Amino acid sequence: MTAIASAIASAVGGRRAALWAAVVFVLLCAASLSVGVAGLSDGAPLELLLVSRLPRTAAAILVGAGLAIAGLVMQILARNRFVDASIAGTEQSAALGILLATAVWPAASVAGKMAVAAAAALAGTALFLVLVRRLPPTEPFLMPLFGIVYGGVIAAGVTFVAWQMDLLQLLETWLNGDLSGILRGRYELLWGVGVMVVLVWWLADALTIASLGRDTGTGLGLDYERMMQVGLVIVSVLAALTVVVVGMVPFVGLIVPNIVSRLRGDNLRGALPWVAAGGAGLTLACDVLGRLLRYPYEVPLGTVLGVVGAAAFLWLVRGGRARG
Amino acid sequence: MIAIDGVSLTLQGTPILHDVSATLPKGELIALIGPNGAGKSSLLSLVARLIPLQSGRITVDGLPVDRTPGRRLARTLTIMRQDTGLAARLTVRELVGFGRFPHSRGRLTDEDRRHIAAALAEFDLTELAGRTLDALSGGQRQRAFVAMAFCQGTDYLLLDEPLNNLDMMYGRQMMRILRHLVDRQGRTVVIVLHDINYAAAYADRIVAMKDGRIIASGPPDAVLTTDGLEAMYGYRMPVHRIGDRLFIPHHD
Amino acid sequence: MAERRVWLAAALALLCAAAFLGLNLRGNIAFVLELRALKLLALVQVAVAVAVATVLLQTITGNRILTPSIMGLDALYLLGQTALVFLLGGIGFAAVDPRLKFVIALAAMVGLAAAVFLPLVRARHSLTVLLLTGALLGILFRSLSSLLARLIDPNDFAVLQGVSYANFNAPQGELLAIGAVLTAVAAAVAWRQRHVLDVMALGPAGAISLGVDWRWSVAGVLLLVVLLVAVSTALVGPVAFLGLLVVALAERLTGTRRHAVLLPAAACIAVTVLAGGQAVLQHGLGGASTLGVVVEFLGGLVFLLLLATGNRR
Repeated sequence: MTAIASAIASAVGGRRAALWAAVVFVLLCAASLSVGVAGLSDGAPLELLLVSRLPRTAAAILVGAGLAIAGLVMQILARNRFVDASIAGTEQSAALGILLATAVWPAASVAGKMAVAAAAALAGTALFLVLVRRLPPTEPFLMPLFGIVYGGVIAAGVTFVAWQMDLLQLLETWLNGDLSGILRGRYELLWGVGVMVVLVWWLADALTIASLGRDTGTGLGLDYERMMQVGLVIVSVLAALTVVVVGMVPFVGLIVPNIVSRLRGDNLRGALPWVAAGGAGLTLACDVLGRLLRYPYEVPLGTVLGVVGAAAFLWLVRGGRARG
Repeated sequence: MIAIDGVSLTLQGTPILHDVSATLPKGELIALIGPNGAGKSSLLSLVARLIPLQSGRITVDGLPVDRTPGRRLARTLTIMRQDTGLAARLTVRELVGFGRFPHSRGRLTDEDRRHIAAALAEFDLTELAGRTLDALSGGQRQRAFVAMAFCQGTDYLLLDEPLNNLDMMYGRQMMRILRHLVDRQGRTVVIVLHDINYAAAYADRIVAMKDGRIIASGPPDAVLTTDGLEAMYGYRMPVHRIGDRLFIPHHD
Repeated sequence: MAERRVWLAAALALLCAAAFLGLNLRGNIAFVLELRALKLLALVQVAVAVAVATVLLQTITGNRILTPSIMGLDALYLLGQTALVFLLGGIGFAAVDPRLKFVIALAAMVGLAAAVFLPLVRARHSLTVLLLTGALLGILFRSLSSLLARLIDPNDFAVLQGVSYANFNAPQGELLAIGAVLTAVAAAVAWRQRHVLDVMALGPAGAISLGVDWRWSVAGVLLLVVLLVAVSTALVGPVAFLGLLVVALAERLTGTRRHAVLLPAAACIAVTVLAGGQAVLQHGLGGASTLGVVVEFLGGLVFLLLLATGNRR
């Protein structure tokens, strides 16, 4: 693993690396467009592309880029490299929000549910951030551990509410991310991710300064609290968008920023395109893999990423320890 | 006598100690001093077998610390730590009672109870015996921990920066208690200190460390010199003698 | 005083067990009683196993907010079961003696726990690293289980649903005897070592300087935890927060963390919660199959409360 990482590191040398990344990315898109039960050669290929494959590919790219960016911002907010929206209860809170919206207000539009989900995600994440302030800063791995349990508690709450409301069947669609249901007309909300990405790009320098901490940030003239609030909103909206449209997708926001940081450093403006592209690439790859593993059946994206992501996180934890 | 012979230590690829050898005689108060990262705490942890020995040899009264059963060693040597883990709601009496664990494995005998009562009296804790640790002040808690180590009845007592978080009054009280253990009970105390003036005032012997090596060892008069201190800390500071005390204003 | 509270907890547990057995007896009384007694035996085993395992894990980790399920142990058990379905097919899986399945899954758990956790414990990495590794392995195992489940065809998937969720209403009867023996042995060992456990609660430095062989003691305690989690998972499925709930209650009730008091108190409260809860839901609210969900939710709330009041350690 380390050998591969260092090979990538030496290959990543600016322009050439970007070129290689672009090639890989195009190949992944092509794979995503061509893999599926219905062949592109029979029937109406253009129709199939426009209605199903293109939306699905776009959704994977948007979800991946959005979650990776959300993870990056989350890590700045928590001042800890080992958290993301799925490890800070953000996605679980969003699921709780949708569930409540569905139960209390079944006729709500998708946008309305999305708003409730975002509000719930905001509350859940804010509570997480308040609680982790009590954790000792000398133990960086305590925060993800805590986050996993925290997310588990919220998920248990979600199950409890779903059971009360007789909505257990619906639950699976929110708790386990899946792109197989994505068709034209069912994913357009995700373009909101693009808006958020532009916002993060615009704020990149301020966020980099915020990542140095409150004192340094304030010393450099940053309104630290305001920045934290903006970041919280960004993370919550990104997580809510993802959960509403495709369901919970774990680990993307954790793995990608960590690998990019090891390869390209911590200046946000430089890292941002890599994080977005890396998240999109990882999600596309896992989605294609899920379609191929038990062809013609599908394995959901959340399941594939659960395996890939947990394995990669384990590697990060062990690698992090080896570095002292 | 604590004999340290050719001890080196590497933690996660970083060398901490380089071929350290020293002899710490019995019945003295010995202070380990030196700048941050000198390896003082690591050396103490090795002697107390909290870190496994990687190379070299450490014996305490002839017992090799890496091969003597833990229970046997626990009757010869103890290290005082303030971290209670989960047990913050212990009463002072329960904590001091843990000192008898190496002797009776938790089933207290009458003799154990006598030792506990004596330790409580010795450290002026009898009135606090029923209080839980989280209801004590910092100084009281320090005293309770020393009382536990006292109750363990070991000849050797190791302490890692016990004066942290103590104000001047409690710091003095702690050092006087330790001095008392050495003078009256004939115990041996090895203590990591940051403030060289405490070391100058209370220690029989000072072991100075820097960069994982012992660079000087001997009575305070011999070790605490302007040149010696510069070698340790990298700047010059005057050493005054007031009465029979050394006094080092290191904060110009 | 703490000892007297333990008797109180024991009395409560007995009362709840009696209620579970005796409420609304109708029809063939002997038959119903026998059925309920078997169920009660399973509940008591699960209660004792979960309570003791949680106390032990919290003691060696010096942390009040942990439960064994975060170490991924129950997920490992599920993975073993899923792998068996994958290898044998649904019909083959159903045909295998449940005791054999249990022993295989248990062997896998002990083997893997030894392979993964012992090196970590022996290398003295910080416990947080160890726990995070465990938690991530748990997620990995769970994801692998559901991946395997997807690879098996939908028919076989249905077989597994039965073993994937905690169900206190229909315990696996065939495992009662072997589970009772394992639980009794593990609980007895923990009880014999109660004084050592008290010292281990002081943390590694304190325990070592009081003469405890920390590495081997931790390894032994982890082995006990693995055994107990295997028993409870095998009997009723994965239980996440029950342990947290009962240990926190026991500590609140007795006001101490001495193991001579805490171990029996936690076990009694666990029996109270499971038997009492089951009796109430069965006869009062008519929804006995949902005790698992309720307990998990309450346990989760306790977890948040512990955090909010800063009682983590």
